[in-house]
Amino acid sequence: MAHLVSSGILGIRAAMLAAICLCFGSLTASEAFAMDGKLTVGVILPLSGAFANEGQQYENGIAVFQKIYGKTVAGLPVETVSRDDQGPGSGDLARRLTQELIVRDKADVIVGYSFTPNAMSAATLLTEVKKPAIIINAATSIITEKSPYFVRVSWTLPQAAATLGDWAAKNGIKTAYTMVSDYAPGIDAETWFKKAFTAGGGKIVGEVRTPVTTMEYAPYLQRVVEAKPDALFAFNPGGDVSVAFMKAAHERNLAGNGIKLLVTGDVVEDNSLQLIGDGLDGVISAHQYQIGLVNPENERFIKVYKELFGADTSPNFRAVQAYDAMALLYKAVEKTGGKLDAPLLMDAFKGEKLNSPRGPIEIDPQTRDIVQNIYIRKGEKVNGHWQNVAFETYAAVSDPGKSPAK
Amino acid sequence: MSNIITVVIDGIAYGMLLFLLAVGLSVTLGLMRFINLAHGAFAMGGGYLAVTLTNRAGLPFLAALPITFVAVGLVGLVLERSGIRHLYRVSALRQVLFTIGFAFAMSAFATILFGPQQQPVRLPLWFSARVPLFGVEIAGYRLFLIIVGAIIATTLAVLVDHTLWGARIRAAVDNRRAAEGIGISVERLFAITFGLGTGLAGLGGALSIEFLGLDPTFAFKYLTIVLMVVAIGGAGSIEGPILAALFLGVADGLFKYFLPEAGSFVIFGLFVTVLVFFPAGLKGRTT
Repeated sequence: MAHLVSSGILGIRAAMLAAICLCFGSLTASEAFAMDGKLTVGVILPLSGAFANEGQQYENGIAVFQKIYGKTVAGLPVETVSRDDQGPGSGDLARRLTQELIVRDKADVIVGYSFTPNAMSAATLLTEVKKPAIIINAATSIITEKSPYFVRVSWTLPQAAATLGDWAAKNGIKTAYTMVSDYAPGIDAETWFKKAFTAGGGKIVGEVRTPVTTMEYAPYLQRVVEAKPDALFAFNPGGDVSVAFMKAAHERNLAGNGIKLLVTGDVVEDNSLQLIGDGLDGVISAHQYQIGLVNPENERFIKVYKELFGADTSPNFRAVQAYDAMALLYKAVEKTGGKLDAPLLMDAFKGEKLNSPRGPIEIDPQTRDIVQNIYIRKGEKVNGHWQNVAFETYAAVSDPGKSPAK
Repeated sequence: MSNIITVVIDGIAYGMLLFLLAVGLSVTLGLMRFINLAHGAFAMGGGYLAVTLTNRAGLPFLAALPITFVAVGLVGLVLERSGIRHLYRVSALRQVLFTIGFAFAMSAFATILFGPQQQPVRLPLWFSARVPLFGVEIAGYRLFLIIVGAIIATTLAVLVDHTLWGARIRAAVDNRRAAEGIGISVERLFAITFGLGTGLAGLGGALSIEFLGLDPTFAFKYLTIVLMVVAIGGAGSIEGPILAALFLGVADGLFKYFLPEAGSFVIFGLFVTVLVFFPAGLKGRTT
């Protein structure tokens, strides 16, 4: 029901926006909205199609933040303009939407990009028009190097994968097999797990890259079972593919064959735990957020989330990242005293520290990328519900993909 | 050796899943020659119905399956009577446009009703049990797929090839006027057959949730592979699609096992190769 209502409101909002665009489309005064005493946030998310579910989490996260902190900052009313980039297969669309938001809607800052290709395709454009963009998820390491106007509040795959590799090597795992989806984030995950794991003395005994949309994992897992490694490290793109993978791993009885399953946390994100079910038992994952985190920010975040969207709903890491994107923006605008010039905002982002629902986070001033805790979790049944329970914390992890020393 | 048996049996189960998902289409598209791109939407409808019956009404999954088959079949029958029957004689392009439009509408409708997220389904415990077979272990769910697929394939093959209904439907598709001329009620025959096709689509959708998941994009996500099964199998037969589905399932498994580097190229490569040598499909009837 909540969904019905929210999509209804969205529809009205979209219709009004369309009407406004029609009225003002012919006006050529390019500065009409730029210095008009409000903060316009262009939001680019997958709101329809296979990834609409993820888009909704980000929207919810933004809504929770604005419910708590209001819709004005430093005296400026905050207006969000949402656009639908439909998913990962539409980099060109994401670029066009970015352009439209900046040129037509006079967006002062872009918040969005769930997928690597979409962020990548907008990079040169952002550099050209000098507008800051806060990356809400896209997790391939190299993105922030593609434009000096990118800042990332989400996570990077090397952050999770290298941490997991390090943990594995230190916790009695001698040999590992890697299985990643065959696209940029997968290659990142594979590379950095291997680096950290072998640096800690571990040995890779097999590796395979699987097609991104494959749903049948049984033959790949059969190979793993025969190779008898201590652990299987896996990354896949989340959603139905990850659920299928987790079910297949359970069916193939990895644990019964003495193989520990290690995954990046997005594979076993909070919202799909019910779908994965018993497949979560004993699975080790590394991630920056799980719903069971105990801190005041997270308690308030979950409370307001449930107030807004229903007691039986729950946020996942995506909602938290969107919440933090808004938190970062508000703090930066407060710091500049309401000035929205790109260089001032970018300076304000750098080195910013926030108390996020996921714990303390910081924007690395050199790389504009996030520094955060990575939690090592284990799948356990808590009060009849499957959960990722954190048992070890790597504090203040920065993206190893950029540190020249490693 | 046992590892190859495991891969082959898993492949057969995966193939059976493809067959169950495609068999309804081999009735509506294959037998009736109606370009039914709404097939995925009917399968999705079956999935949502099964989920609702098991999760909300508390029915056991196995009891939900026949209900789903009948209910989705009835919906198909009503739709056939009220609209689709006017489309048999229009051009293929208009059939495509109508059915794909219908599928888009159903997908949006599912989003409104159920939201964009994946649906969980409560399954019998023995689905995840490991059953020993030929010296290897196979999941209960996969074994169940193989058995159901075999039963449906046999029943349909007998129905189409050895019963009066089968003879009538083949006659009516090949030459409608002549069939009507000798007293076959083609209208009623087509309505029932279309209902059978959509019912099978619904059943296939319900059976595949555990494997493929269920969200509003289901209506399109598996349309390609399902069309491939029918195309490789050849229109107008039941043996064709089952051969095609088993072939694709086992080949996919063996390639993933022995040559994972080939990736998703394999299944499409096989598709092209088969159609180069058998343009009408493995068991296609030429008319």
